[in-house]
Amino acid sequence: MAAPKFEVPELKGYTDIPLLREGAAAEVKSFPANAQIQEALGFPGELAENWQETAIGRMGELLGKYRSLQVFMDACVHCGACTDKCHYYLGTSDPKNMPVARQDLMRQVYRRYFTFAGKYFPKLVGAKDLTREVLDDWYRYYYQCSECRRCSVYCPYGIDTAEITMAGREILDCVGIGQKYTNEILGKVHRIGNNLGLPGPALLDTLTGLEEDIEEDTGFAVKLPIDVKGAEVLLITPSADFFSEPHVESLIGYAKVFHAAGISWTLSSLASEAGNFGMFIGNYEQMQKVALRIREAALELGVKRIVVGECGHAWRVAYSFWNTLIGVGLGAGADDKYGRMLQQQLDPNYPQPAHICEVTYDLLQQGAITMDKEANDHRIITFHDSCNVARGSRMGDMPGGQFLIPREIIKSVANRFHDMAPETILEGTFCCGGGGGLLTDDLMELRVKGAQPRMDAFKDVVDNHGVNFMATICAICKAQFTKVLPYYGFDMSMVGGVHQLVSTAIRLDAKQ
Amino acid sequence: MALEVNGKTYETDEEGYLLNLSEWDEDIAKVLAEGEKVDMTENHWEVVNFLREYYNDYQIAPAVRVLTKAIGKKLGAEKGNSKYLYELFPYGPAKQACKIAGLPKPTGCI
Repeated sequence: MAAPKFEVPELKGYTDIPLLREGAAAEVKSFPANAQIQEALGFPGELAENWQETAIGRMGELLGKYRSLQVFMDACVHCGACTDKCHYYLGTSDPKNMPVARQDLMRQVYRRYFTFAGKYFPKLVGAKDLTREVLDDWYRYYYQCSECRRCSVYCPYGIDTAEITMAGREILDCVGIGQKYTNEILGKVHRIGNNLGLPGPALLDTLTGLEEDIEEDTGFAVKLPIDVKGAEVLLITPSADFFSEPHVESLIGYAKVFHAAGISWTLSSLASEAGNFGMFIGNYEQMQKVALRIREAALELGVKRIVVGECGHAWRVAYSFWNTLIGVGLGAGADDKYGRMLQQQLDPNYPQPAHICEVTYDLLQQGAITMDKEANDHRIITFHDSCNVARGSRMGDMPGGQFLIPREIIKSVANRFHDMAPETILEGTFCCGGGGGLLTDDLMELRVKGAQPRMDAFKDVVDNHGVNFMATICAICKAQFTKVLPYYGFDMSMVGGVHQLVSTAIRLDAKQ
Repeated sequence: MALEVNGKTYETDEEGYLLNLSEWDEDIAKVLAEGEKVDMTENHWEVVNFLREYYNDYQIAPAVRVLTKAIGKKLGAEKGNSKYLYELFPYGPAKQACKIAGLPKPTGCI
C-alpha cells in the first residue's frame, strides 16, 4: 500500500483537453471480487462456460426493462460533444475514457446481437462479438466511470453514460465478474448493517465518546441518540460519519442542529448506513434490499420523518428511488403492505425524505436556530457540488434547490465564501474522482488523475481568492479529497462538510 | 498470496492484509511495516497494540476519534490528534496501522 508510482498531473488553475494517449489507463484495474464475495450476493462465483449466452440474455432483459438503455444504445450520432467532458478522460488522456467510447464498448455488442445490420453486416456498422477480450475491457473501463453523469449534461440526446456503466456492471456480475471493493461492502451491509462493518456495540461506544467530546468542547449535553422508539426524526447517514475525519465533524453538526431546534431524533443500529452501493452496480434487487433496512427501522421506531445526512449517492437513491423502493414518499404499490404502512406513518407536512441541508435551511429561515458567523472567520470557503446531488436529485421546492440550499447555509454560517469557476460547479460540477465505487486504494492512480479538473478549479480559488476550505455534502467526496489533496500539494484538512461549518457557528445557548 | 517470515507462512489478501488475525505476531508486524516504509518506534507499537485490543473487544478497528483519544491518554494530550497519527502512519492510521496490526482493512467511504 506504499504510494503507487505514477505521474501526478501538474495544476494550472484550468484544465486543458489532453492529446490522446491510447491505452494510457489500460493497466488501471481494480481487484476483482473472489467467489465468496460474489456468491454472498447471489452472483456466480466465476465465469461459467456459457457466460456469453448468459451475458447476451441479461443484456436483452435490461434492454426490455429499461427503455432508457435501449434509447441510449440507438440514439448516439457520434457528434463528439461529450468527448472532453469526463474527468477521467481529462486526467488520463485514455480515449476509452471518453463517454462516447465508454458507451461504444456496449453499443458494439448491442449492434451485433440486437440489430439487423449488426447481425448480418457487423463490419459495416462497427458491431463486435462479445469476446473475452471485450468483456475484460468492460470490466476495466466500466470501473473507470464514477457514474457522475456530467457527460449527459452536454449530450444533445441526453444519453446518460452512468446508466450504461450500471448495465455493464450488472451484466458482468451476472456472469461472475464483480469488483471486490463494491461487492465486499454490499455483503457487509447485509451481514452487519453498514459499509464499514461497524457492529452495534462499537457504534454505541463511538457515539458515547462523541457525546463526551461535544460536552467537553461546548459545555452542552448534546446527544447522539440511537434506537430511540417514538423519536420524531430518524437520521440515516453514511457510516463514515461515525468513523472518519472530517466526516465526524458533520455528524456533530447534525446533532447540534437537532439539539438547538429541540427536535427529537434518533440513529438506528439496524439502518446505520445511508450509502447504497446497489445503485453503483446497477442491481435493482441489491439496491432494494439495502434500502429495506431503512424501512424496517422506521416502522420499528415509529418515527415521523426520515432525514438523510451528507451522502451524495444516498440522497439520489433516497430522493429519486425510495418512493417505489420502500414507500418513503408517494409511490408504494397497492400490494406493498409495509410501504403503505410507512406512508401512513410519516408526517405529510414534511418532505419525505428530507436532506439534512433542507432541515437546517428551513430552521434558519424560521429563525429556530441562530449562528455566530464570526466563528468561521478563519475560513475562506468554496463549495464542491457532489455529482449525485447535483445531477441526480434536488432539494427544496424550487428548481436548482440542490445548488442554492447548501450555499445559502454556508453564507448563513460564515462570512467568507467564493465559488469556483462556473463551468466546474452546479450542474456542470466535476466529480471528486472517487465516486461510483472507485474509492478504493487499488484505483489510486485513477482517483488522483480523475481529480485533476476539480483540483485545477480549486487551485484557482486558492491562489486568487485565498480559499482554504472546500465544503461538500458527500462522504465519498470527503474521503477522496482527504487522500488526493496532498498529491496536489494541498493540506488534507482543507476539505470538510457543510455541517462541519454549521457545527462551528451554531449557538447552543440561544434557546434552552 | 502469502508472506514467509522465519519459516512461518502468513496468508494475505491481494493488498497484503493478513487473512488470519490469530496468526499475527511481532515478526510479521515488522515485515508488514517495512513494506509500508514505516519505521516502528515505541509509539507506533502503542497504536498497533491499542488497535488489536479494540478489535478484540468490538470486531472492528476504532473510529479515528476513539483512537486519537486513547493515544492522547497514553502518550500525552499533545499527541491525541489525527495529525500526530498521520505523522506515524503517513498513508492514514485507519488503513496503514490496521495492516501492520494484522486487522482487516476498513472499507466504505473512508
